[in-house]
Amino acid sequence: MINLHINGLRVSVDKGTTILEAAKFLGFPIPTLCHMEGLSPYGACRLCVVEIGEGPRARLVSSCTYPVEEGLKVRTASSRVVKARKMVLELLLASCPQSKVIQDLASAHQVSQQRFKQEHEDCILCGLCVRMCEEQMMAKAIGFRGRGERRSLGTPFDIKSEVCRLCGGCIYVCPACQLRCTYNQPEKAICGGCANLSPPCVEKEKFDDMMCYMDPCVVCEIKKD
Amino acid sequence: MNPVDIDGDSEKPAKKSDSLIAILENIQAKFGYLPEDTLREVAAETGRSLVDIYGVATFYRAFSLKPRGRHLVSACLGTACHVRGGPVIAKEIGNQLGIKPGQTTSDKEFTFETVNCLGACALGPVAVVDGHYFPNMSTSIVKQVLEKSKLGFEAIEVETDQRVFPVEVSCSRCNHSLMDPGHLIDGHPSIRITISFGSVHGWLALSSLYGSYNVSSEYEIPPDTIVNFFCPHCHAELLGASRCGECGAPMVPMIVRGGGIVQICSRRGCKGHMLDLDGENV
Repeated sequence: MINLHINGLRVSVDKGTTILEAAKFLGFPIPTLCHMEGLSPYGACRLCVVEIGEGPRARLVSSCTYPVEEGLKVRTASSRVVKARKMVLELLLASCPQSKVIQDLASAHQVSQQRFKQEHEDCILCGLCVRMCEEQMMAKAIGFRGRGERRSLGTPFDIKSEVCRLCGGCIYVCPACQLRCTYNQPEKAICGGCANLSPPCVEKEKFDDMMCYMDPCVVCEIKKD
Repeated sequence: MNPVDIDGDSEKPAKKSDSLIAILENIQAKFGYLPEDTLREVAAETGRSLVDIYGVATFYRAFSLKPRGRHLVSACLGTACHVRGGPVIAKEIGNQLGIKPGQTTSDKEFTFETVNCLGACALGPVAVVDGHYFPNMSTSIVKQVLEKSKLGFEAIEVETDQRVFPVEVSCSRCNHSLMDPGHLIDGHPSIRITISFGSVHGWLALSSLYGSYNVSSEYEIPPDTIVNFFCPHCHAELLGASRCGECGAPMVPMIVRGGGIVQICSRRGCKGHMLDLDGENV
């Protein structure tokens, strides 16, 4: 067992537990976006940041990838953590304002506006779909390509993958495209998206065989300038 | 497409999945780019998924998924080169070749790229053509450099490169001189040896300049052929115990006048060689 302090509370947890798991178990809320039980921790969204250490040596780490250490002092909601989280949310909101998941998270953390240019990206590179495809569906049909600002997600050579079974797991976990299939106009996506009960792609023929990354139906695609 | 030797060399450990980058480098060296079919083959051979291989291939700038030209021209646009006129050089190269960065000329002669730093900031603005660095580039010499690259830099540098010097060698068996004053290569007497490969048997003259790879021979030797070398005097085969560090082919030893041994690779086109003037590693 490892002894540590979370928000001043002395606790002991099993070795190998992450800070996120320990905090959740004890009831301290830590918001997450790219984390999902059953998938390996990835640390992409940085929403789960917590402060570890004390005084000038205190630093921010992603709790989903940080295993507990003996004597660790963790603060899950210090002013520094809250500030960092709000900034992360603001940036996420700027890159993908149409995402219901991100909107809800932002709302829950009192982020009601953001200062950056709205990009309306259809992907925030959280890697959930890649891990879902690899770890739960054992397919490895999609993956990351490129690097830096050219990093993108999809199949090799952008052609339909032979190993994809069209399970839909990637769409199921995607925080960016959960609302994607209901709108093609970004400004309308902010409000009332949940009221749209018949996504446009459903009316398309052969919808049953369509998968966003594999065989895009395009109807839902956000029109970018 | 011919079956591809993804291991590059039969002597290296084959099909190890942790040497993916080395495998891709071999393919890139062979074709100049990474063909789709070959990547699929790599996936099948190494047991990796195509997604992983494609991810690595698109991550590194050194790999290209599109065919490249015979000559690769890179203009540096890093901070130091940028303030010293890198963009002007890049523009001039683009104008001379008639292409934009990242493109290949229609005759497949040149591929032009811009890079963000070559780590040679003191030489800026710097351009690299086929691995040769050109420091303090100016727009006026761009044309000259591009034309030089078509001829090949090795042929030209023999005249000026300080590292190139003539050696006199003799047979490692009978110690008879192998120099042929009647046949000059690079302006110096050549090294005359008898060679055989396949069913062909004839003479080969090597440049005696250490660092020059100019040769002439009675019969054209196909690239990648491993050739047997013989002394024209005692007719013994010149065969050393060591193997080429570059390609693994047997090395051919010759005694250097003044002491020491020079070994050259027996594979046509391979530039593997070893000069041991103390004779300790023999």
